[in-house]
Amino acid sequence: MPDVHTHEPDDHDNAYSGLLVNDAHWAFGTDFEDPLAGVDTTTVPSTVDPHVLAQYCLMLGDDALIASQRISQWCSNAPDLEEDIALANIALDLLGQARLLLARAAAADPTVVPVLPADSPVPDEDRLAFFRDDKQFRNVRLVEVPNGDFAETIARILMLSTWRLAIMERLRTSTDAVLAAVAAKGAKELAYHRDFAGRWFVTLAHGTDESRRRLTEALAGLWPLWTELTETHPVEAAAAAAGVGVDPATVADDVDVVFEQVLAAAGMDRPAARPLAGVQNRKGRDGLHTEALSPLLAEMQVVARAHPRGTW
Amino acid sequence: MSETTAAATATLERARAVAASVVDPELPMLTLADLGVLREVDVTDGAVTVSITPTYSGCPAMATMRDDLVRSLRDNGFDRVQVRIALHPAWTTDWITPEGKAALAAAGISPPGAAPRHEGPVALALTPTRRSVRCPRCASPQVELTSEFGSTACKAMYRCSTCLEPFDHVKEI
Repeated sequence: MPDVHTHEPDDHDNAYSGLLVNDAHWAFGTDFEDPLAGVDTTTVPSTVDPHVLAQYCLMLGDDALIASQRISQWCSNAPDLEEDIALANIALDLLGQARLLLARAAAADPTVVPVLPADSPVPDEDRLAFFRDDKQFRNVRLVEVPNGDFAETIARILMLSTWRLAIMERLRTSTDAVLAAVAAKGAKELAYHRDFAGRWFVTLAHGTDESRRRLTEALAGLWPLWTELTETHPVEAAAAAAGVGVDPATVADDVDVVFEQVLAAAGMDRPAARPLAGVQNRKGRDGLHTEALSPLLAEMQVVARAHPRGTW
Repeated sequence: MSETTAAATATLERARAVAASVVDPELPMLTLADLGVLREVDVTDGAVTVSITPTYSGCPAMATMRDDLVRSLRDNGFDRVQVRIALHPAWTTDWITPEGKAALAAAGISPPGAAPRHEGPVALALTPTRRSVRCPRCASPQVELTSEFGSTACKAMYRCSTCLEPFDHVKEI
């Protein structure tokens, strides 16, 4: 058996050895040419229009990307170290899901990918993340609104992960092999996210008067954004009809059961707030967002946009 | 068995042994084979193809694993190496070998128990996951969960109520 510790020097001991290999490594992705390297992305089920598959992947990918960016703003700001690490882990899982889904969108329909200078090394999924404007993002508005306090973040993670877990569980049988694999993996992660948020939700509800007041306000404030997740967008309907996607209306009952379970344990009622209207019925899935998205994107995209060739 | 076939088999076995001996960058007491992320090693006309699978979707160690595999194989005379990602089937802690679990415990990290299996929708768990975890330092079963999330995506944090030391547990997925 060869001794693996014979490499001199050990790269893991020297932070600079990785840095000096390739600057683009740090600017864009993890230097894997393709996060789906070796996964067969050339096959798109014959039942689906590749553009529909790409749009559907953008929706699920953008939900994860924007949620990840928001949640990672807690890094070094959470109430204690354990929650700081937990939130960072959740953000990382979502970022991983986003990367795979955006890469899948690009492989299914290359026309969705922003065009950059010919010599740009930026991979497709990073082009989608860093070089689209707010109106091109397809995430629901729930994931983009500001973090608020810890109670608001917990309420939001509970809402998002409950819905997303139910979607991913069904997506495991997608006729698109890549989506099915991403979903099978993502479902395991989301189960942890949902449990984390559910436990904190109940803890805050039974904590102090102040924590309960804040949690009640947080849920009431976010609830108008809930229906946007379960109402069927034409792209979701087309993806579901083709067997590659899930109609979110079909998960409404399952997620209701989970909410009832959490609210019962918390001794709280479901808010009665009315859904937040769109503009001429256009909402997040149509690229119509709240004013919170643009500043988030500006912060997330500024470095990539300043260096589209990945060099400085 | 013909001489050529025997030589090809020997080459494949050697490539497998080299790939299997590469260690995980974040859990260096484990080889990629022990961790269960090394899925397949194939040699065709002298070119090696290695398939690895991520532990978590956002696993930041994939590129390092790839680089380490390529370097180790090159050091051992395999010049053409390709590393591919296999997303399916999704990694489970059940793939960590008994040797891997022993190595984790020896390094002070509590190894995972059997991964949960679900029939139908995953049930919500509003109380901490019950695991039969022992302190890897003093073997006490009196331990408490500090957080389901730890220093890497695959670990939870515990504290021993007997010796009071904190420790990591590789959580079951």
